[in-house]
Amino acid sequence: MIEALLATRSRWPLATRAAILGALTICAAGALLAVSGYLISRAAQQPQILTLGVAIVGVRFFGISRSLLRYYERLTSHDVAFRSLTDLRLRFFRRLVPLVPAGLPGVSNADLLSRFVADADRMQDLYLRAVLPVATAILAGAIAVLAAGLILPAAGAAMIAVLIAGAIVAPLLVRTVARRSGTRQASARASATAEMTTLVQAAPEIAVAGREEDWERRTADTGGRLARLMRRDAVASGLAAGLAEAVAAGAAVVMALVAIPAIGDGEIAGVVLAALVLLALASAEIFTPLGAAATSVDAVSDAAARLDAITSRPDPVPEPASPRPLPAAGPLRMSGVDFSYPGESEAILNHAELTVSPGEAVALVGRSGTGKSTIADLLTRFRDPDRGTVEFGGTDVRGLDSDELRKAVRLAPQDAHLFATSIRANLALAAPEAGDDELTEALRATGLGPWLDALPDGLDTHVGEAGAQVSGGQRQRIAAARLLASDARFLIFDEPTGHLDAENAKKVVAAAIAAARDGRGVVVITHDESLLGGFDRVVGIHDGRLTSGGTRAVERRQP
Amino acid sequence: MNELGRRLLRSAGPGRRLLAIDAVLGVVSVALLIVQATLLANVISRAFLDGESVADLSGELIALAALAVARGLIASMFETAGRWGAVAVMSGLRRQLATKLLRERPGGLAGEQRGELATASVQGVDALEAYFAGYLPQLVISCIGPLAILIWSAPRDLIATAVLAVTVPLIPIFMVLVGRAAKRRADERWRTLTVLSGHFLDVVTGLKTLRANARADAQIETIERSGERYRDETIRTLRVGFLSALVLELLAMIGVALVAAVIGVQLAAGDLGLAAGLTVLILAPEVYMPLRRLGAQYHASTDGLAAAERIFEILDAPAAVSVAESPRPCPDPARSTLIADDVAFSYPGSREPALSGFTLAIEPGETVALVGPSGAGKTTLTHLLMRLADPAMGRVACGGIDLADVDPREWRRRISWIPQRPTIFPASVADNVRFAAPDASEADVLEALRRADALAFAEELPEGIETTIGDGSRELSMGQRQRIALARAFLRPGALVILDEPAANLDEGSERAVAAATADLLEGRSALLVAHRPEFVRLADRRVELRAPRRPDPSPVSTSGQPVIA
Repeated sequence: MIEALLATRSRWPLATRAAILGALTICAAGALLAVSGYLISRAAQQPQILTLGVAIVGVRFFGISRSLLRYYERLTSHDVAFRSLTDLRLRFFRRLVPLVPAGLPGVSNADLLSRFVADADRMQDLYLRAVLPVATAILAGAIAVLAAGLILPAAGAAMIAVLIAGAIVAPLLVRTVARRSGTRQASARASATAEMTTLVQAAPEIAVAGREEDWERRTADTGGRLARLMRRDAVASGLAAGLAEAVAAGAAVVMALVAIPAIGDGEIAGVVLAALVLLALASAEIFTPLGAAATSVDAVSDAAARLDAITSRPDPVPEPASPRPLPAAGPLRMSGVDFSYPGESEAILNHAELTVSPGEAVALVGRSGTGKSTIADLLTRFRDPDRGTVEFGGTDVRGLDSDELRKAVRLAPQDAHLFATSIRANLALAAPEAGDDELTEALRATGLGPWLDALPDGLDTHVGEAGAQVSGGQRQRIAAARLLASDARFLIFDEPTGHLDAENAKKVVAAAIAAARDGRGVVVITHDESLLGGFDRVVGIHDGRLTSGGTRAVERRQP
Repeated sequence: MNELGRRLLRSAGPGRRLLAIDAVLGVVSVALLIVQATLLANVISRAFLDGESVADLSGELIALAALAVARGLIASMFETAGRWGAVAVMSGLRRQLATKLLRERPGGLAGEQRGELATASVQGVDALEAYFAGYLPQLVISCIGPLAILIWSAPRDLIATAVLAVTVPLIPIFMVLVGRAAKRRADERWRTLTVLSGHFLDVVTGLKTLRANARADAQIETIERSGERYRDETIRTLRVGFLSALVLELLAMIGVALVAAVIGVQLAAGDLGLAAGLTVLILAPEVYMPLRRLGAQYHASTDGLAAAERIFEILDAPAAVSVAESPRPCPDPARSTLIADDVAFSYPGSREPALSGFTLAIEPGETVALVGPSGAGKTTLTHLLMRLADPAMGRVACGGIDLADVDPREWRRRISWIPQRPTIFPASVADNVRFAAPDASEADVLEALRRADALAFAEELPEGIETTIGDGSRELSMGQRQRIALARAFLRPGALVILDEPAANLDEGSERAVAAATADLLEGRSALLVAHRPEFVRLADRRVELRAPRRPDPSPVSTSGQPVIA
């Protein structure tokens, strides 16, 4: 969390302003009560009514200024929250970029990324609910102690005692209880959620198997366990919350105990007694928000720690300090490549050799898990080999700017993502220069012509969140069209036909092969051996080695 | 309290009892507040005007200290009772949800609803606490507090009480007036954050695609720009919202200032005692406070209400499967023809029908392959045949008996279903197979696994068929999942087999294994295979095509070149 604070240093002046406004708001409220108490006490001495004028004006002033200050404080603190949220999102995003996909092993990517986003969202509370309430309380507390102490030093001490109980002990207690119950409940909650998720998903199967009663009982049992835990923890958190309330009500008694003897000793005039006692009552405004702030501090710092744990991982494929120019021509070549995933003893590639020349269409076949996608990642430098080299036009790709490389060697990943924008913008990602005709042509080549024609908005059709409004097969074909419309020299399609029926799968593969006839190098990765007709070469993977052959090998592996 | 709130309380018995406790606690807390203010004013007045010492006032001071403790306890009980209420309601809703899904709507939900609903039903309890521990107690206090304070103040200072009585009603009036703006403000903030977060999620999950196209850097600028634009828009809306809060606050503050001045002037004139004046002054802010807090608490509780609303939507949905009062005897598809007669079906919330006017007959012992483009309604048809949902039009009948007149659970017992993505429960391989027949012996489970061609891979697992699968630690391939589902079918084969071909990415070895095991299972049974791969289609006696209802067909399926026995 400290790091997140340092990273948003440029927002500190604004945050300081928000904290000061917050403290002044609380002080105005305290002053309103204290001055009213004084006003009434003074009036009880039945002075000339005119002498009360200043106090009456003071009461109005503090009443109105409190409202106005609160307004500005809210605006400022929300401004800080929004600005720092954007700062932090950018910061974490920048650090995440080089880590995807190779730098994040061992966790399912989708889960990790959605948690990453949820944690980044949590950062909006960094200032608004964690830092600012605490800073405000410290400032306002200091002012309250000072004000009481100026009237009567012992009153200042009493205020300190009240604040220690209300602003430090009570929130810490709330926090400890929340933490403990959070950990205690975590596994019960996780299993209740998991069970409910399974039930929601598997309801049809459960019904067909006739196991409804079992599952009703299971949900009731798990829910009951969680409920018992939560009820027990609720008592603890209730007591912690009650402490703040008791301190607020007790503050007046403490102040009275200190101030009343002082009247007898002549240290203060009796007329300020009401002001001191009411000031103590008002101190609740300082510490009441801190219970919630304590829990927010934890939530935010946990989220920040998780974000750091992800983004502080080493860059798996560091960029060269001074990249070499991209060679103008030549093949894409992998030679003597060994590769194993971190933490796995068995190598997935063993001395693998592959050359793809411009104008050549190569099919890469093998069962799932044999390293086909790994080869795609190596050729586009999402990963570096343990041994051996990947060369583009005779230059080791480790010496090239990887963005330049990836513009020349385009990859459609297996689960290519469609962004929540128009079809046009999704295609333009790979082909920013292409006109509508070229984009439409690319879509037609993959068999999406009739679908496109039926869309009222054509290329401007929005594909919805995470491609939700297109089917899996359409998504894959749009991803393939992306590559076809680009001007890259090499195209790599990773499993472009998984969700397609035989007819459409053939169309997509034919379109990829046609791209090779235009002089580009094409690699199609597939597990489907019925699609191998028409390729110049079929390369199979077995036990980490690449072998030319397969069902329709046209020629031997090139040297 | 709105309709949703009442509904929430009705939905769980203990919730109502807890509200009653809350109401009593609310009355007690208001009484404590009034007593505290009166005592405090008394102490101040006597110490100041009469010069009494701490010893003289010890009784009052001790009482005040006791009151502080009592207020703390009451606050604890509020919090505890509220949380208990939230827990009770959420547990009740979760149970109802389970029953509803299993008994009345087993056909499942639209994909996007699933995760969200499961999360809402468990985590929603935290959000509901804001409603039960925050909003409801505040509601009680708001109703009792101001009135009680006015009644207490009136005999002490009629004029100040009149000032309060005139200004307090302005608060709810203004709140109604500005309430809409405040709600818009909250909605706006939420919407903005959702949009921004959605955009960020989109970019982050598509990061590999972005990098593959050398566009990750360009996104940094986009994130910055959209963040800035939304901040700007939101701050502008917030300004309006905060202004309305300002008006409310000013009203309360001016009210207190006015009361202070009125009391002061009367005291100076000698018309009022200090203790009475101070009592009214201390209580004055407490007249406005509960009503203002109520608004804030309401907003804080909207998340919880939203979670409950998500669940109520499902609970309120009409049953998808009707259960006849006096069911007819269940027909047997092994002896009688099963027919789907001109059936149509639409999913709730969807304008386009999933299936419109389709007829299919399956003779006893016959295997039918159902082919057609994705989205044509093949899976929906299987659901209708299994009575996971009832057709909106037409009927499903067996041996001339409309299945709507038959007990759905008895009918389903005659069916073995291998879905497209079989669920693997977090349990051992053996228990996963036993899902179909909980009491099956180990020998039967082994035999079922063997016939499903799943025994080999199951025995290779570290603890053989006792290895836990499906808990995320050991992902099974789609082919392996299908074979587990086949083993379930072998363990308790129904007279009718319904098989939804695996969606995608079965490698050839698995595909052959699944197809061979399926052929074994189909021996002597009626079956419907939703399939398009030749390996599966060739198992069928007959092939029927299902086309998408009223939509241009983007990918017609060729009917030639398949070795289908006509």
